[in-house]
Amino acid sequence: MDATDQKRLLREMLFARRFEERCAEAYHERQIGGFLHLYPGEEACAIGVLEKAQTGSDYVVTGYRDHIHAIKSGMDPKALMAELFGKEAGCSKGRGGSMHLFDPDVHFMGGYALVGGPFPLAAGFAKAIQLRGGQEISICFLGDGANNQGTFHETMNMASLWKLPVLFICENNLYGIGTAIERSTVEINQYKRVAPYGIEAAQCDGQDIDIVMAHAEKAVNYVREQRKPYFLELMTYRLRGHSMSDSGAYRSKEEVEEWAQRDPIGIYKRRLVEAGVLTEDEFHAMDKAVQDEIENEVVRYAIECPEPRVEDVARYVYTEGGNNHG
Amino acid sequence: MAELMYWQGILRAHDEEMARDPLVFAMGEDIGVAGGTYKATSGLFAKYGEQRVIDTPISENSYTGIGVGAAMLGARPIVEIMSVNFAWLAMDQLMNNAAKIHYMSGGRIRCPFVMRVPGGTAHQLGAQHSARMEKVFMGVSGLRVVTPATPRDAYGLLKSAVRSDDPVVIIEHESMYNLKGEVPDDEFFTPLEGVEIMRPGKDVSIFAYNISVHWALDAAKKLASEYGIDAEVIDLRALKPLDRAGIAASVRKTHHAIIVEEDEAPVGVGSEVMAIINEECFFDLDAAPVRVHALDIPIPYNHRLEKAAIPNAGDVIAAVRKMFGR
Ligand SMILES: Cc1ncc(C[n+]2csc(CCOP(=O)(O)OP(=O)(O)O)c2C)c(N)n1
Ligand SMILES: [Mg+2]
Repeated sequence: MDATDQKRLLREMLFARRFEERCAEAYHERQIGGFLHLYPGEEACAIGVLEKAQTGSDYVVTGYRDHIHAIKSGMDPKALMAELFGKEAGCSKGRGGSMHLFDPDVHFMGGYALVGGPFPLAAGFAKAIQLRGGQEISICFLGDGANNQGTFHETMNMASLWKLPVLFICENNLYGIGTAIERSTVEINQYKRVAPYGIEAAQCDGQDIDIVMAHAEKAVNYVREQRKPYFLELMTYRLRGHSMSDSGAYRSKEEVEEWAQRDPIGIYKRRLVEAGVLTEDEFHAMDKAVQDEIENEVVRYAIECPEPRVEDVARYVYTEGGNNHG
Repeated sequence: MAELMYWQGILRAHDEEMARDPLVFAMGEDIGVAGGTYKATSGLFAKYGEQRVIDTPISENSYTGIGVGAAMLGARPIVEIMSVNFAWLAMDQLMNNAAKIHYMSGGRIRCPFVMRVPGGTAHQLGAQHSARMEKVFMGVSGLRVVTPATPRDAYGLLKSAVRSDDPVVIIEHESMYNLKGEVPDDEFFTPLEGVEIMRPGKDVSIFAYNISVHWALDAAKKLASEYGIDAEVIDLRALKPLDRAGIAASVRKTHHAIIVEEDEAPVGVGSEVMAIINEECFFDLDAAPVRVHALDIPIPYNHRLEKAAIPNAGDVIAAVRKMFGR
């Protein structure tokens, strides 16, 4: 990977961080409502994996912590922020909200609120790809907590049985809201849980984007060439609360501090500075440019564009012509 | 015009749609090699192969979700749940995903998903195999719910459901698969909305659907010959959306309304139809509308108790006679 790409990746992670922090501000100002789940600390997961996928062509699905997966899949951050602000120009026309982002144009197939709900959808995308005879793959990002749902086991069985081209990415951040993984789960190494289903799997550091990309490349190639599922577990940590209403009282200061030392942006920035790809000054300039872009283009757009018309409240319940036949 | 059994109508619709469009596929428990619990998919496995006629593991929620995911990419799954009682396990994928994706995505993603479920009380199958669930499905925004009463509509509704871009639940009946009836030889489509007048009449409107249409027709015959009451029998057929105008039109003609359902009364088709009558044509009524329905109990095993729990033509006749004082 050359210096230009390295700097681009760093900027993407920085953009993700600043975007989420700006969302938190807008939430406190009540411009964003509902539940808001942010991604700081986990940026290397979505960005590293999708860097190695064919975004725009491969299909991506995830849970409610979905902003960065959507952006890296190719969604315009303006349409995303407009959605969070509930606007008609939002990616889901203001009907979805933070947890329900959609952009079928770039094959980002959504954010979903029900833990474990997207597993079968991802396998279904792969089934449609299989029927059409395409070369795309389906990529499903979910948390460690989702693996205790029945859909995890049911879907692993069917995906393996029917050789569906789906890549399961487990973002293991060690918690499901306030419950530590060892208090909810017997086998805490998630990648070991798919072995009975005959699915190849690996576990790696999710904080170092170079490591994530190395594993993701292998995983993506495996699914694309073998046309069968693969499971990759990324060890990560969220630096903020589960959602905006979470005090985080269940984690010790020391633990959070320890993981903050392994901030994916810090790790990658240090590496680039040490390699002479980037100077500290350039990093600060990059940070400033990112924040300006978010403020002047993204947030401004979201503020200025109009809300949906109340007369349209019942639009989209059915498709137009859903009763058509013949 | 050929005489077909109900199951043969369903089979013919599958076969025609699968022959026409390679993205139509069927999945469910024992539908392939075994040919389906009620033969409704028999022969399809040999004709279309295991990629399109899929015997699933006993994982209702996740194979429903796989169907939903495939539908989101434009495939057209026909998912059979062996008995409507097992559809409770698929409710998450059906209610949270299939029904809501089009709306949540601001109309950007369609979900042309079809679920077929045999429902209703057969003979002594016990409480866990005799439930009716239409009240549950018809309460969910975004779904279409239809219920064929004849072989013709078993065929025509499945044809329309496969072509619709909305998610459709088709509730069949375990006791009606061998019912015979005329089905036109030429391809045709039963609309997914609107009532059908099965027997025109001027004195009382009997609203029914699925198996209760047959009780109503039997009752109407006897009411005419023995009591001189000319009953109009309306097949509601589409339970969601319900045809408000069609219901009101019949009541405006007869000024009397009886609603017959196999389901227990609380929170059901009868209460909904009665509410519509109230809202649309209350002042056209000459008598208070009456519901004929099952007892509000789990369906018992003993054949006498089972019979006592479920209404029949005699109950319809009794209700009409009481209304007219004859
Ligand atoms: C079916 C369901 N049950 C419970 C919840 C409430 N809930 C939301 S997120 C969450 C924890 C999920 O943890 P994990 O899968 O590890 O994802 P993370 O938030 O850590 O990324 C819970 C219990 C839900 N949304 N859906
Ligand atoms: Mg977690």
